[in-house]
Amino acid sequence: MTTAKGDTTLLTVEHETVSYVAGPLLVAGQMTGVGYDELVEVVSDGRVRRGRVLALEGDRAVVQVLDGTTGLSLPGTRVRTRGEVARVAVGDDLVGRILDGSGTPMDGGPPLRAVEYRDVNGAPINPVARNHPSEFIETGVSAIDGLNTLVRGQKLPIFSGFGLPAAELAAQIASDAAVPAAAEDAFVVVFAAMGVTQREAAFFRSTFAGSAALERTVLFLNTAEDPAVERLLTPRAALTVAEHLAFDRGRHVLVVLTDITNYCEALRELSAAREEIPGRRGYPGYMYTDLASLFERAGRIRGRAGSVTQLMILSMPDDDITHPIPDLTGYITEGQIVLSRELDRRGISPPIDVLPSLSRLMNAGIGAGKTREDHRAVADQLYAALARGRDLRRLVSIVGEAALSETERRYLAFADSFEQTLVNQGATRRTIEQTLELAWTLLRDLPPDDLKRIDPALVERYAGPGATVDPPTA
Amino acid sequence: MTETRAPVRGQAADVGTVHAVSGPVVTARGLPAARLYNVVLVGHARLPGEVIRLDAGDAVVQVYEDTAGLAVGEPVADTGEQLQVELGPGLLGSIFDGIQRPLTTLARRADDPVGEPMIERGASAPSLDRSRAWLFEPDVAEGDEVSAGDVLGTVQETGALGHRVLVPPGVAGAVTRVARGQVRVDEPVVWIGAEPLTLLSRWPVRLRRPIARRLALDQPLVTGQRAIDSLFPIARGGAATIPGGFGTGKTVLEQSLAKWSHADVIVYVACGERGNELTEMLDEFPTLTDPRTGSPLLERTVIIANTSNMPVAAREASIYTGITIAEYFRDQGRDVAVLADSTSRWGEALREVSSRLEEMPAEEGYPAYLSTRLAEFYERAGAVACLGGGERTGSVSIVGAVSPAGGDFSEPITQHSLRLAGTFWGLDTNLARRRHFPAIDWNRSYTLYDLDAWFDDEVAPDWHAQRAWVLQLLQQESSLLEIVQLLGADSLAPAERVVLETGRLLREDFLQQSAFDDVDAYCALPKQHQMLRVVHAAHDAMAAAVARDVPVETLAAAPVLREPARMRSWPDAEVAGNADALVERIRHDLEEL
Ligand SMILES: Nc1ncnc2c1ncn2[C@@H]1O[C@H](COP(=O)(O)OP(=O)(O)O)[C@@H](O)[C@H]1O
Ligand SMILES: [Mg+2]
Repeated sequence: MTTAKGDTTLLTVEHETVSYVAGPLLVAGQMTGVGYDELVEVVSDGRVRRGRVLALEGDRAVVQVLDGTTGLSLPGTRVRTRGEVARVAVGDDLVGRILDGSGTPMDGGPPLRAVEYRDVNGAPINPVARNHPSEFIETGVSAIDGLNTLVRGQKLPIFSGFGLPAAELAAQIASDAAVPAAAEDAFVVVFAAMGVTQREAAFFRSTFAGSAALERTVLFLNTAEDPAVERLLTPRAALTVAEHLAFDRGRHVLVVLTDITNYCEALRELSAAREEIPGRRGYPGYMYTDLASLFERAGRIRGRAGSVTQLMILSMPDDDITHPIPDLTGYITEGQIVLSRELDRRGISPPIDVLPSLSRLMNAGIGAGKTREDHRAVADQLYAALARGRDLRRLVSIVGEAALSETERRYLAFADSFEQTLVNQGATRRTIEQTLELAWTLLRDLPPDDLKRIDPALVERYAGPGATVDPPTA
Repeated sequence: MTETRAPVRGQAADVGTVHAVSGPVVTARGLPAARLYNVVLVGHARLPGEVIRLDAGDAVVQVYEDTAGLAVGEPVADTGEQLQVELGPGLLGSIFDGIQRPLTTLARRADDPVGEPMIERGASAPSLDRSRAWLFEPDVAEGDEVSAGDVLGTVQETGALGHRVLVPPGVAGAVTRVARGQVRVDEPVVWIGAEPLTLLSRWPVRLRRPIARRLALDQPLVTGQRAIDSLFPIARGGAATIPGGFGTGKTVLEQSLAKWSHADVIVYVACGERGNELTEMLDEFPTLTDPRTGSPLLERTVIIANTSNMPVAAREASIYTGITIAEYFRDQGRDVAVLADSTSRWGEALREVSSRLEEMPAEEGYPAYLSTRLAEFYERAGAVACLGGGERTGSVSIVGAVSPAGGDFSEPITQHSLRLAGTFWGLDTNLARRRHFPAIDWNRSYTLYDLDAWFDDEVAPDWHAQRAWVLQLLQQESSLLEIVQLLGADSLAPAERVVLETGRLLREDFLQQSAFDDVDAYCALPKQHQMLRVVHAAHDAMAAAVARDVPVETLAAAPVLREPARMRSWPDAEVAGNADALVERIRHDLEEL
């Protein structure tokens, strides 16, 4: 663990009265002078573990031990206080490095040359100082660019299910999102893996820390074998580094956090160990606030060049979007990209279900001068038509296709071709122009009079002369 | 009604010490004289907090700032005062945090308006600008006898709004001296007896401000939102609740209400939500003008912002700060709307503090007093006769968004809010997913306010009849849709299929209203009425046609029935003429079939 610069030894005090150890927690007595939320060192048999103060009462402190409590004994354990909250090294030097879940290099490279050590908790951005995100990021993915547009400074999770290709999608976005940036070196990926398996870690390492990509990546790696409570520190350390790169160094930072579900499990584990009153499904009542303290660190600041964009991967337990983890996340983030198991089974790649997906900042990032004047209307029309086509699909499964009118059949066909062509793009990259053109191709197959969401002048302009003629109906 | 005045400043401050720290909850010892709800300053950093429990020798404090680094033994100073807000000119157009710290001031460093972009711990500044001078024009003269609520004079706070300076509650007597001209908020303007009164007054946020009496709720708060005004209107002085899962449009609706409601003052309480949503308002509101006054919208708006990443206890305080400011303008005879987004986050703040106090939880971990606290908040809505001479009336309307876990309305905050609010606009996830906005579910939503008489008098005599027709038709449509889901549309009689076609027109061409459309974001009442008249005429013409055995498919494909979709972009001046012409065309074209 990186500790504060300068001489903190004067503040270092050792206490020898540990009275309780269980799970991730330890209770120490005679802890005078230690501050709430400060970092402590737990020393036992010559090994130093890191801990954080969770509560103070009189001279007793409840300490969360980040490196696990296995092997601790009451008489043999001492707690050392340093008068410091958890800090992490920040600086350009971190780019290209692989660090553990709390920011210590694990790539065998030289020690970090830190500009500064910063409190991992950061401080809330004053809403007055925020710059409203409005710069379009072309991800190359039609279902995102066309219908759920991402902008710089946004926080947008990918709601996935176990086994769905969320990591691949995140990697694709991370590699393509760099392209429209003004200068190549202005773009950095800060990647924080929390509780990932060895297999996932290998994928992320090869994607984000392969030879070329590593030059613009900071990788924080907390794997499934690492202590769960360290996971609570990992995203905070990563975001602290990202804020420095963005707001002090003017870089556009894409923070990828994965997997939020593992993070929340760690939160629940700690809460249970503290015997707190649980909220829904055993998750602590403060989970919303805790997640917000991470996600709200995305954004832009007036007068500063850089940005922090967050892309989080979240595996929905049981594919259930009402589960507390996706639910609370969706309440905080600026939309969500939802992956569908059904689409995945049908071989659609990426399996993005656009109906439950949303980008709340889309309106600010699209339109004339940004993407194209018809973008909003086209997206609205696609949504409306897809919703109708999906309803009909459900109906057909009950009453059969014969019961449909000609118009209804066209909507049914629309839903199919929407999924098969617009969404199902595989690894190809599409420009926003290509996405919108494709959208018009699909819309042309609907009755022109039904394009109620689009200004007739735009229909005229983009649907071409042929499309304004109503094809004969049966 | 409590006829109290703001408590006077406490005596010499007591100082105790920190005994325990658990997140935002701190236990202090050595403050035997502390009173419940007094403000204390905690630690060397002097973090403000409020005493929320007295237990033997312990004063339990909820701290309005991050307590990281706070150690046992640090000092805790009792200010002897309750949590108060500063009231006076300068509120309008400002943005404060949950305990009324001025966020614009906190962001400033020297010449740079955003030189301090992060909110640092322990930062503080007076809520109202002490350096700005206001032109005070007195309405009283020496020797006048005045009592609480009387107007002492006026300050033209914004282009649109004269700020009435009132005799504070609990004060009465003869005016002994009057100042006029340019004054700062903390300079005396009028003396009553020996007591100098300034433009600035204070009021404890948890105490409602006194009124003369409550008035009946018989006028609507016009919002310009069709689904609201035409179907489920809210009364001026009433309360509405907007529950909805994430992404269903609560915030967009609250912001639309902030922009377009017929209110003199808007108090927008952003409670535990996103920072960017405020930035958007701060960018947009100065550029929009209030159509009724011609002034920038920001000039009638006070924003209380405690975003989700700001300290949780201050989030709990934020709705009281907001409602107290609203009451202050109400007392001047203004119509005020308090828009709270989201009350669930306030409830969660309450829950978090309660759980740190190890209180026995009731439903879903919320404290048993949740419903009482919510009631105390909603009960501060009302239309009132104000204290003081001059027959002033004012109102505070409350619209509270609710963010139910999992979008499930059976959870405690939704349920308690439903009992307290007279209007329920339930937002539906399925409507939102198909981008039907506002996603107000017409099958579940309701209003308990009977405002038909007002609409009949003020807009059109058949308003109530038309409203009843729409509600009944939508009801009928949804029962028919259930049948269609099982058996297909073929199973319906032609007359029933006309109901479905009409339902589609109502939903797509009337109920849907984009908040981002320059023309359609606000829809005047006469236009709402005309739009419905067109749909009603289309219904009647279709019904007549199917009676002549015209197939429903032919009707549905009639080009003239695509025209109602363009009604939303009609300019107000042309609405009546366009509607007459369209009704005529619909009748004519459908008769031809
Ligand atoms: N009246 C509306 N008109 C157009 N779009 C809307 C409207 N209401 C909501 N939306 C869309 O829905 C999204 C989510 O709305 P929001 O108010 O942020 O949801 P909530 O606050 O309930 O989570 C918005 O970003 C916008 O795209
Ligand atoms: Mg919202």
